[in-house]
Amino acid sequence: MNNPQESLHLNYSVITEYIEPYSRVLDLGCGEGDLLKMLIEKKHCTGSGIEIDQNNVIASIQKGLSVVQGDIDEGLKEFLEDEYDYVILNQTLQSTEKPDYVIEEMLRVGKKVVVSFPNFGYWRVRFYLFFKGRMPKSKMLPFCWYDTPNIHLLTIEDFFDFCKERSIKVEKQVYIKRGKISRNPFTRLFTNFLCEEAIFLIQK
Amino acid sequence: MVYPKADSVGITRTKYFTIQDRILLESGREFGPLQVAYETYGTLNDKKDNAILLLHALTGDAHAAGYHSEEDKKPGWWDDMVGPGKAFDTNKYFVISSNMLGGCSGTTGPCSINPETGRPYGLDFPVITIEDAVKVQKKLIDFLGVKRLIVAGGSMGGMQALEWSIAHADMVEAVIIIASTSRLTAQGIAFNAVGRNAILSDPDFNNGDYYDKEKQPERGLAIARMVGHITYLCEESMHNKFGRRFQDKDKPNFDFNIDFQVESYLEHQGQVFVDRFDANSYLYITKAVDYFDLAQKHGSLKQAFEKTKARFLVMSFTTDWLFPTSQSKEIVQALIKAGKDVSFCEIESPCGHDAFLLEFETQTKIVKSFLAKGAQGE
Repeated sequence: MNNPQESLHLNYSVITEYIEPYSRVLDLGCGEGDLLKMLIEKKHCTGSGIEIDQNNVIASIQKGLSVVQGDIDEGLKEFLEDEYDYVILNQTLQSTEKPDYVIEEMLRVGKKVVVSFPNFGYWRVRFYLFFKGRMPKSKMLPFCWYDTPNIHLLTIEDFFDFCKERSIKVEKQVYIKRGKISRNPFTRLFTNFLCEEAIFLIQK
Repeated sequence: MVYPKADSVGITRTKYFTIQDRILLESGREFGPLQVAYETYGTLNDKKDNAILLLHALTGDAHAAGYHSEEDKKPGWWDDMVGPGKAFDTNKYFVISSNMLGGCSGTTGPCSINPETGRPYGLDFPVITIEDAVKVQKKLIDFLGVKRLIVAGGSMGGMQALEWSIAHADMVEAVIIIASTSRLTAQGIAFNAVGRNAILSDPDFNNGDYYDKEKQPERGLAIARMVGHITYLCEESMHNKFGRRFQDKDKPNFDFNIDFQVESYLEHQGQVFVDRFDANSYLYITKAVDYFDLAQKHGSLKQAFEKTKARFLVMSFTTDWLFPTSQSKEIVQALIKAGKDVSFCEIESPCGHDAFLLEFETQTKIVKSFLAKGAQGE
C-alpha cells in the first residue's frame, strides 16, 4: 500500500494540474500551507488559506502565506460571490460538520471548486468492515471510531448523487488507485470499488 | 541591568521633538505647540523605507526597548520583541516608539505647562482622540525623514495602527494588530468609566488642578488602575497567580484590611502606578480609547479599510475578554470583504489581555515570518 505522504503529493499534483496559472485561490483547511505554497510557486497563483489549528496557521505564516485562523463550518460570509477562481477543499470535506453547506459556500465564493476526499466505497474499506466487523482503518483513515475527525465519510457514488441532486456540474474527476493517478479508465461502479481517493473539479 | 546582552538594544535615550505650529484636533479645536518624546533603535536606510513604528498601550511610553542606564533594572515595555535578531529586528529595521499625545511621559499632555498661563494644563487640555494621536506621530515620522513604514501595536496601540493604515494609506506597507479592536465593547467602556469615576470623585482631584497641591488624587488613580488590572487578567490567570490564598497568613483577619493575595496584588499595582502616571492623562487617554470607532466614522468597517494599501497581521489571545477574539475577527472579516491581504492567528494563552506583553515567543515566530514576507516581495 502506498504511504500517505506519497498520496498527498499525488493529490497535490492533480490539484495543481486542475488550476490555471495566475489564478486567485482560496484553500480551505490549508493545514501547514504546502499545497497553497506549491500553487503560488508553480502556478503563480495568488490567494490565501483558512485553517482551524493554531500551529498549522503559524506554520503557514512561516511559509510566507496569508492564512486566517477560522472554522470553515461557520461559512465564508466575509467572502464575495465569485471572488476566487478556485476554492479548494483538500481531504477535509469528510471532517466538516455541514459538508453540504460548506460546498454551497465554496460554489458561491469560487468560480470553480476543487474537492478531494477518501473514498469510503474503496474495496479495502468495504472488506475491512465486512470481514473484521469493525470500523475500517487504513493509512488514509487511520483513526479509531471514537477519536476520528472524519464524521461525514462518503463514497464516490455519494458525491455524484450529491452533485446531481443540486445540479452541480462535475467538470473533471481524477482518482487515486493504489497510489497511482487514474483518469477514469473504469465504469463508475468499478471506480467506486477500486479507488481510494477522489479529486473533483466542480462548478455551479 | 542585564547588560550587555547580544540581543538587547543596550542603553537608549528618550529624545524630544517639538511641533511649533498648531494642529487641528478632531474636536475642531486647534492645539499647539507640542513636544513629542520618542526613542529609536536601529538605523534608517538610504531609501528611508525600513521603519517600524511601535504604538504603545494605554499607559505605555516611548521607552520600548533597552535600558536607560547601567543601573536600570527594568528594560522598555516591549524589550522581548525589539532588538538585534528579535521579532522587530533592529539589525534590519529602524524602530520608532513615541509617547502618545495626552500622555505623561514626555509628550505634551495635561501635566505639561500651558505656555499661555505658565501652569499645567489640567482640564484645560483639549479632549483628544486616537486620530489626533496619529496626527502627532505623523509629524514625528516626517521629521525623522521616514518615507514608508510598518506600524505595530497591541491593545490601544493596535487602534492607532489601524488609524495609521487608513489615514496614511500611501505610507503604510504593513500593519500588525495585537489584542486590539476597531471599537471598544460597551463592557470595555464601562470599565474605563469606573476608572475615570474613581479619579473624578477623589477629594484631592480638585477639578484636575492638583499639580502644585500637597495632595494628589492618588487613591482615585490607584483604584482606576486596580479596575484596569482586573480586565488585563482573566479568571484562569488570577486563579493561577493567587487562588484564594491569604496574604502572609493562613486565616482571615475578620476586618477590612487586606486578607487575600489578590487584594494585596491589586493594592500594589495601584500604588506602583500612582508613582509613574498622571490622573488627568488617565482620563484623557481612556476617553480617546472609548471614542475610537472606525465603523461609525467611515460608515462601516469595510469602508474604513477600503482606503488601506497595507497587508495585515491580526493576533488575538484565547483568554482575552477585554479585547476578545470576536473583535479581532470583525477586523479580519472586514479586511477580507475589502479585498485586503490579511493573516490572523488566535494564540492559545492563559494570560488574558496581558498576553500580548507576555507571550512573546509565539508572537516572535509569527511577526518575524510576516515581516520576512514583505522583505521577499521587494
